Amino acid sequence: MTTAQTMQDKAPRLSRVDAINWNRLQDDKDLEVWNRLTSNFWLPEKVPLSNDIPSWNTLTAQEQQLTIRVFTGLTLLDTIQSSVGAPVLMEDARTPHEEAVYANIAFMEAVHARSYSSIFSTLCATRDVDDAFRWSEENPPLQAKAELILDRYRGDDPLMRKVASVFLESFLFYSGFYLPMYWSSHAKLTNTADLIRLIIRDEAVHGYYIGYKFQQALAEASSERQQAVKDYAYELLHELYDNEVKYTESLYDAVGLTEDVKKFLHYNANKALMNLGFEALFPSSVTDVDPTIMAALSPSADENHDFFSGSGSSYVIGKAVATEDEDWAF
Amino acid sequence: MLATHLHEADSEVPCKEGAASGEIVYFSTKSGNTHRFVEKLGLPATRIPLSRDEPLLKVDAPYILVVPTYGGGGVEGAVPGQVIRFLNDEHNRSLIRGVIASGNTNFGTAYCLGGRIVADKCRVPLLYRFELLGTADDVAKVRKGVNTFWKHEAWKRQA
Repeated sequence: MTTAQTMQDKAPRLSRVDAINWNRLQDDKDLEVWNRLTSNFWLPEKVPLSNDIPSWNTLTAQEQQLTIRVFTGLTLLDTIQSSVGAPVLMEDARTPHEEAVYANIAFMEAVHARSYSSIFSTLCATRDVDDAFRWSEENPPLQAKAELILDRYRGDDPLMRKVASVFLESFLFYSGFYLPMYWSSHAKLTNTADLIRLIIRDEAVHGYYIGYKFQQALAEASSERQQAVKDYAYELLHELYDNEVKYTESLYDAVGLTEDVKKFLHYNANKALMNLGFEALFPSSVTDVDPTIMAALSPSADENHDFFSGSGSSYVIGKAVATEDEDWAF
Repeated sequence: MLATHLHEADSEVPCKEGAASGEIVYFSTKSGNTHRFVEKLGLPATRIPLSRDEPLLKVDAPYILVVPTYGGGGVEGAVPGQVIRFLNDEHNRSLIRGVIASGNTNFGTAYCLGGRIVADKCRVPLLYRFELLGTADDVAKVRKGVNTFWKHEAWKRQA
């Protein structure tokens, strides 16, 4: 990107601070997402993690080490998003309400990062956790993914900051999220999985909102610039994906789960692209995640609602409920 | 103009207006995910107005409703207010034949919840679910499925 090209994106930034008026909105999406995020607010203290102690003790030493490592990797991403990602997006904000939403995201990412330490202090030996943090500082693919994102955050292209941020929120977390969903599908660490599901829910709203703001800004750019940003986004995704495969192998080869984790990566990479308004990249032949993992993520996700193909096993029809207008009353 | 009619010139779909076929009625916020999915279908479609200041959309033919669910949480707020307003009209409600729901599996138990609620309340089948913009596979399945669905509906009426 040339400086001239990026300058045009910088122009509409807020240049001064005015008292925020939530009753005068430039973009009502800001309030809609603010309400969604605040109503989804939670803290790790609300989840009874200690109920997982007996289950934790059924894991082998290798499985425990894998779990702690996965969670330190996730902690690093949440820390980046809280202390660098959301604050740089705030500088690019077009409305005071957008700044406030990023302030919420920055804080919630800090809550996520803090949650992993709650899991550690509840379930794990201090020495094992210290070992895992050391591992995370020395694992080349984990450090490489942090650098790939931080480079964009520190770069001078506001659109690529949003692209990097959506890839972090909607793609990079999922090599890690796979494991608690896997344990949950085997009826292990189920309270920990409940906490992770709260994080997963938040990340979906973050990816959706940042992707929406990206699309708003992209729509105002010249068609050459639009094409350049799109090419650059797919290029970054490929780079992150290649690295993510290495990271996945470094964690999951030993337990034989790498291939299924990769399907989960493909599935989520498609969703990250869609949050940016781009078409899915990976065909359905490589996004067929194990149905038990999908069910752990969303309990009804593995039910077949494809009525059209004639194979629908559980489509919803006809409970005889009389529908009155007041049923719908707001 | 009250609603956006989408008739793609290059559409290969043989779905014609008339007694034998219905249309798509859909809701999409400013982010436009559902709008883009419906656009890709290339079927006759009408968008439920986003603004509450606009007059109520009235339909005259059987339709399939495409409804998104945003964000997690419970039953309250799962169906967008504009969709509730549209369905509160008894005539509109009497013409619904099926529901297609969109959402995000990240929302766990609330995945496509709005669509499930509408299908339950209106006693029509939940035909299909997709995430975000929908993939090329989703578009192909829904386009084919909707056409077959209307043919079956027409046979049922003749029988």
